[in-house]
Amino acid sequence: MPEHEIVGAEELKDTSDHDKIAIETSGAVGEVLLEVDHVTLRFGGVVALNDVNFDIRRGEILGLIGPNGAGKTTCFNAMTGVYTPTEGTIRFKDQEIAGTKPHRINHLGIARTFQNIRLFPEMSALENVMVGCDARHKTSVLGVLFRAYRVRPSEGELPKSGIRRSFAKVFGISRHTLEERAGRRRSMELLRFVGIADRAHEVARNLPYGYQRRLEIARALATEPELICLDEPAAGFNPAEKEDLMGLIRRIRDLGHTVLVIEHDMKLVLGVTDRIVVLEFGQKIAEGTPEEVARNPKVIAAYLGEPDDAA
Amino acid sequence: MSQILDSYRGLQLGNRWDRAPKWFRTVALLLVVAFAFYLPFLNILPFAYIRTDLNPTGSDWASVLFLIVVYMIAAVGLNVVIGFAGLLDLGYVGFYALGAYSVALFGSPSSPVVQALQSRFDLSEEWAVPFVMCIPIAIAMSLTAGVILGAPTLRLRGDYLAIVTLGFGEIIRITARNLDNVTGGAAGITQVPVPPGPEIDGRSFFNTIDAERWYWLALVILILIVWLASRLEHSRVGRAWLAIREDEDAAAVMGVAGFKFKLWAFAIGASVGGLAGLLFGSKQQYVEPNAFMLNLSFLFVAMVVIGGSGNIVGVLVGAFLLTYLPERFRELQEWRPFAFGLALVLVMVLRPQGLVPSRRRAAEIEDRRHEAEEAAADA
Amino acid sequence: MDFDALINGLDRHTLDGITRGSIYALVALGYTMVYGVMKLINFAHSEVFMVGTWTVLGTYTVLGATAGMGVGMVIAATLLALLAAMLASAGTALAVERIAYRPLRKKGAPPLIFLITGIGCSLVLVETFGQVLRAFFGPPFGRVTVNIPSVIETKVVFTIPGIDLPVTNTRLLIIIGAIVMMIALDTFVNKSRLGRGVRAVAQDPDTASLMGVNQERVIMLVFVLGGAMAGVAALLFTIQYDITKFDIGFIIGIKAFTAAVLGGIGNLRGALVGGLLLGVVEVYASQIWDSSWTDVTAFIVLVLVLMFRPTGLLGESLGKARA
Ligand SMILES: Nc1ncnc2c1ncn2[C@@H]1O[C@H](COP(=O)(O)OP(=O)(O)OP(=O)(O)O)[C@@H](O)[C@H]1O
Ligand SMILES: [Mg+2]
Repeated sequence: MPEHEIVGAEELKDTSDHDKIAIETSGAVGEVLLEVDHVTLRFGGVVALNDVNFDIRRGEILGLIGPNGAGKTTCFNAMTGVYTPTEGTIRFKDQEIAGTKPHRINHLGIARTFQNIRLFPEMSALENVMVGCDARHKTSVLGVLFRAYRVRPSEGELPKSGIRRSFAKVFGISRHTLEERAGRRRSMELLRFVGIADRAHEVARNLPYGYQRRLEIARALATEPELICLDEPAAGFNPAEKEDLMGLIRRIRDLGHTVLVIEHDMKLVLGVTDRIVVLEFGQKIAEGTPEEVARNPKVIAAYLGEPDDAA
Repeated sequence: MSQILDSYRGLQLGNRWDRAPKWFRTVALLLVVAFAFYLPFLNILPFAYIRTDLNPTGSDWASVLFLIVVYMIAAVGLNVVIGFAGLLDLGYVGFYALGAYSVALFGSPSSPVVQALQSRFDLSEEWAVPFVMCIPIAIAMSLTAGVILGAPTLRLRGDYLAIVTLGFGEIIRITARNLDNVTGGAAGITQVPVPPGPEIDGRSFFNTIDAERWYWLALVILILIVWLASRLEHSRVGRAWLAIREDEDAAAVMGVAGFKFKLWAFAIGASVGGLAGLLFGSKQQYVEPNAFMLNLSFLFVAMVVIGGSGNIVGVLVGAFLLTYLPERFRELQEWRPFAFGLALVLVMVLRPQGLVPSRRRAAEIEDRRHEAEEAAADA
Repeated sequence: MDFDALINGLDRHTLDGITRGSIYALVALGYTMVYGVMKLINFAHSEVFMVGTWTVLGTYTVLGATAGMGVGMVIAATLLALLAAMLASAGTALAVERIAYRPLRKKGAPPLIFLITGIGCSLVLVETFGQVLRAFFGPPFGRVTVNIPSVIETKVVFTIPGIDLPVTNTRLLIIIGAIVMMIALDTFVNKSRLGRGVRAVAQDPDTASLMGVNQERVIMLVFVLGGAMAGVAALLFTIQYDITKFDIGFIIGIKAFTAAVLGGIGNLRGALVGGLLLGVVEVYASQIWDSSWTDVTAFIVLVLVLMFRPTGLLGESLGKARA
């Protein structure tokens, strides 16, 4: 039913209104947002993370790099509640989050994308993003069923036609309806922001690869995270797409998000990040500005013989 | 067989329906509902032969209609669990039984529970909980049972859940049979109350003779339930269920509280099942454990999956076929379970998405078939 | 509650429980192996067992076997019945796989659908004996309990000293028979080449197929093996209880499945431990409470296990088993 609304030409304009999707943040730029504190994570005998230690500061773009199997994805998994660290803790806004359920961590303000794209394949692009928006919505199951929670609508929210308009004036509009509309609008806005609004109503599985990657980003942004973690967002992209993506990452930061990005392409990482943390065999071997890291002999050694994905 | 199915698919009824203008859909829907209300008196010749009472061995047509609608209610409830949330509940009859037993235990003057209350509080021998009060009790009982059963088991793998719920259904029945001094044991409970209503011709409004009134009551409830269920489907809740079904871990990372939504699905399904059971028990005015055998659970599940799990229309079709056909062909009664089993295997093997599938389910299965074929080609 | 009844006959009840448990364990093997390899609860497995019991009856009828035959005849009739039951059960299991599961695998249907076709097959098999065959041949088919001649005459073979517990030949046969079959199967899965294939698929189907293990063959093999074990269980069951019925499979199936989960589904030795334990618990419970609650015991045990130790007592490990 509502899926079949046709997107108006106006909706398709690829210029987004940043104010509509910018998030509110609760702290000052530069303060510590997330703290990975001596985290060790073992899978049986495999030590995927070994006493890893680093901070993410509010408002920055932090790169997490390292050769294949270094433990980068595992680090994401530990931060988003998929795995619990064997030792050590992770604090987000001074709150301990290691071992917290993934959906709670999301509600606290961390979102992520997946290295191997994990969209909801049979949902449309728009619905995928709306699932993300729902994370911030307050309507309960009973609220959906009985719509008893009414809100007095503003003039703009009132229906145009007669009876419905009077009804809404007297009884208000249910919070569910308003949230659903707002979610739909915001989702559309986000799709436009990442540049895939033209195929908003197509099921995710039929989208081209590049669209799927961007859709993952839009879906993560929809949960209004203070920290967004991107796991190899440029994997499989050509240089022009990578260039676009760098712009997108900067714009994400400009909306008020802090960004953590895993990437193999050195050019992209050096170009977009403020700081970089380097992992190898589960251990942190370097940390610093892109220039410092690029000069670091340990990093150079780690990447020697490691073919650059950009090639 | 599969050619028939293919040509039927070619009609694209679902798509045509969606593309039809809104006024058309409203009018069509109203006509269908009006026809449904008229069904007990069906005398339009080309249709009339579907009446079961025009058949030499057939049974009371309005009662059959009532049963169909009660099973439709149950199936729509179970569809929330199976079709929306993707959980296999093989013990749905347990909730159905709880609903029926609640109204019997609290509403019948001859139930041991009511009698205990009578003597405890010095009440008269005719006293019992009024029918209207029995409704919330029945819903509360089945809902509580759903939550108690769901809370520890919903974290389990899907097929374990199936077996545990199956066990639950049996436990309810065996308990009802064995606890003589609470449930009346194998003899059951009589004098189950009926809904209040004006007396007509010296009979209470809801009686054993005028079955069409029961049918209309059930139909109203069915419409209500379908309306609520489709509200759920097209909301954040439906999206959450779909997300969980498609990729539970990714959903969790996107902030979907998987366990909570599954438990809700389970609880909603349980209370709707209880409501259906209540209607059934009240119309029979008699409940006994043997009315709630495990096969009924399988029947409910079959209605959902044969009809087309996840699609309310499909589920209604499934419930209709699986209730109506056995009643229409009563002379073959002994063969019913066999035919039912055979139909289950055949329909599911030929058409795993069900007869009237939800488009999403059909797409999901189509997708996986391609994957399976590719995997087979690789090997 | 009546603990005296239990305490007074503790030794007798334990032996009774072990006898029952042996049968559960053998049936549980079928669930466990299929689950280990396909991650599927084969709902129709209970009927594979049921077919076995009818086959025993059929064999006895054809041979004209009755109680009180000579020792040689008894042994011959029993062995023939065993063979027939194993063949019939294995054949039924294989047919179920072919008809209800393989086409779905080809179509990539979701797991739920497999359960549904399993239930469908189960109904078809039950009704074949309860209705279809009755319509064509009349009794003994139908919806009533049927007696099976007790070919082996029950005798006390020895008395366990100290506790004065008489042990009959039939019980001894059941317990030993079950254990021998379990050991044979365990050895087969762990030592033979085919068995290695089974373990490989159980552990990691994708890798196994890359290594050249034919997954379809392995699946057929586990259905055949599980079916054959259910056939053995069917013979032992008829020796102890002398009856069968069209719907006898359901309750035994549920208990065997519980046994499999209790021991750790996918784990062969777990099936034995789970079966014996469940048998004993059930007999004790039926003494303490009323026997009308017996069937609930298994369900309650199942729920408790799944809640507190979902991997079972020995863990789930057809694949991991010392691999
Ligand atoms: N669930 C798991 N079980 C066992 N080992 C795992 C698991 N997840 C990751 N590992 C191991 O942990 C190590 C780190 O893996 P991880 O995926 O974090 O690497 P990565 O840095 O993301 O590599 P890539 O660049 O290839 O994505 C690897 O050796 C991997 O095999
Ligand atoms: Mg990775």
